[in-house]
Amino acid sequence: MKADPGLYDYWPWEGRPRIVWPGGARLALWVAPNIEFYELDPPPNPFRKAWPRPHPDVLGYATRDYGNRVGQQRLMRVLDRYGIRASVSLSTAVLIHHPEIIAMGKDRGWEFFSHGIYNTRYVYGMSEEEERAMLAESMALIAEHTGQHCDGYLAPALSHSEVTIDLFAELGGLYTCDLFHDDQPTPVKTRSGARFVSIPYSLELNDTIVYVVQKVEPRRYARMIKDAFDRLYREGERSGTVLCIPLHPYQVSHPHRLAALEEALDYICGHEGVWKATGREIAKYYLEHYYDQALAAIAEENAA
Amino acid sequence: MSKEPQYPKRRYGMDHDLYPWSMLETRPIFSWPEGKRIALWINVAIEHFPLDAKGRGFKPQGAMSMPYPDLRHYTLRDYGNRIGIFRILEALSQRGLPASLAVQGEVVERYPALAKRLAATPHEWVAHGWNMDSMHFGGLPEEEERALIERTLMTLRRFAPHPITGWLSPARSQSHATLRLLGEAGIRWCADWVNDEQPYRIAGLINLPLSLELEDRFVILENLHAESEWADQVEDAVEFLIRESRELPHARVLGLSLHAWVIGHAHRIAHLERVLDHLEARSALLWPANPSAIIAHWQAAQEAS
Repeated sequence: MKADPGLYDYWPWEGRPRIVWPGGARLALWVAPNIEFYELDPPPNPFRKAWPRPHPDVLGYATRDYGNRVGQQRLMRVLDRYGIRASVSLSTAVLIHHPEIIAMGKDRGWEFFSHGIYNTRYVYGMSEEEERAMLAESMALIAEHTGQHCDGYLAPALSHSEVTIDLFAELGGLYTCDLFHDDQPTPVKTRSGARFVSIPYSLELNDTIVYVVQKVEPRRYARMIKDAFDRLYREGERSGTVLCIPLHPYQVSHPHRLAALEEALDYICGHEGVWKATGREIAKYYLEHYYDQALAAIAEENAA
Repeated sequence: MSKEPQYPKRRYGMDHDLYPWSMLETRPIFSWPEGKRIALWINVAIEHFPLDAKGRGFKPQGAMSMPYPDLRHYTLRDYGNRIGIFRILEALSQRGLPASLAVQGEVVERYPALAKRLAATPHEWVAHGWNMDSMHFGGLPEEEERALIERTLMTLRRFAPHPITGWLSPARSQSHATLRLLGEAGIRWCADWVNDEQPYRIAGLINLPLSLELEDRFVILENLHAESEWADQVEDAVEFLIRESRELPHARVLGLSLHAWVIGHAHRIAHLERVLDHLEARSALLWPANPSAIIAHWQAAQEAS
């Protein structure tokens, strides 16, 4: 076991070189709905139970299935209203189970990136070969069904191995959403030395973390996003920041919750200097314009 | 036949000899500088949570909790050392408020670039143990604990801007030997015991209380109260102490415990700024000070009385 993942070097917030996003924007906003499939009867994983109750966990399963049956379209209407193209963190089995959702996303110019095959299949206990095969299959499914290259990865149910990010970089990925150490993109060190980055995913604002783990009330959720935006927008004047709004239609799209997201988006989109981007666009722009500068600055910071 | 007494420590006072029993409002009266009755101590904990947490003794809140490798919690904690701490330092300096920085040995060993910046602030350094997976606990062999303390102090001394006299244990956990070992290592005061609102003597050291119940981590992450609710609670505490101090002459310490990895997040920092604005607005009635200054003043008052 490693004490440190060894994926990035220390880099203090103070004194970083300036990032300016396209159009002179100071904050890159990206919205990442997790479109997921949880199996009714997944094989057991020795390290983590998929469901708290004996299978079939009807309540847990139906809670999540609601997102695909009801939540997706409700959320799409909100994102359309604000001109936001989503970056979908996709359980790639959805490509086969529910192609209608994918078609609606394609029509809207959404990005699709890999969130594994099923959200009930964890990486824990997999061999490196098995994990590589799972990743490669998920990327191939995205290419086959959407015509897009899979550039991003968020590990299914945030289950990782020591080589998860190495493998994804080797398979041609550009960015990971699995690291929550920063409010800007940062270079990530992988064993192949590929040009590869971390794009902030704002896990603390993830609706599932907020509603399920932190037990937050919906109106406070809106406040949290607005507070985060205010700070990152202010700091983005110094050097461009990233705000991600990670979503789960089975959480956020309930009638008692969706207005809180609308309130937050309404607030954010009322500001100048917000770049409504996708994860891929942020990664590519950063890699092209700021990645080398960041490497140099980090090396200098840690040289003393 | 003789029998062991069933309650051998049932006696007047405490069931141990670490400090004598004493009620705050029966103690001699003293005041802080300028006759103030409330000292304000702000402490910022700067912590490292290793990815390969062993959990010896126990796992503190905030430690890795998912199957290895828990990149999620590792990186969320690391965020505090990269970003959160700078937001807090800026908020303090904009208001000219003094604080202490409870720094863990492994933080400065891993991040000299951070240590350098912390040393350039006007804030007092407090030793905060080695890391958040190095608990001091009953059952830790004494030689190991002695080495842990030595290693922490040796490492911090390489970076600290002044001799370190204070100690805050990781997760405020101690073994039966901790206080003695700290004294032997040259530490003069600690902040682990939350049982008072004044400094007091404990096993050859001084304890300076730092409220747990008002701490950012405890209120927001354990009690799951909103950030705005945490700020309300701090403001309420300040106003209560001010009202009380008009009726009672006793000097007290308001200890505000902060964590870079908790309150330094983008969606939380504004609530700290609100709290600091309130403290600044009330500064005529508060004595904002670093912990060594509070202790020095208290000691002088003890000797005078």
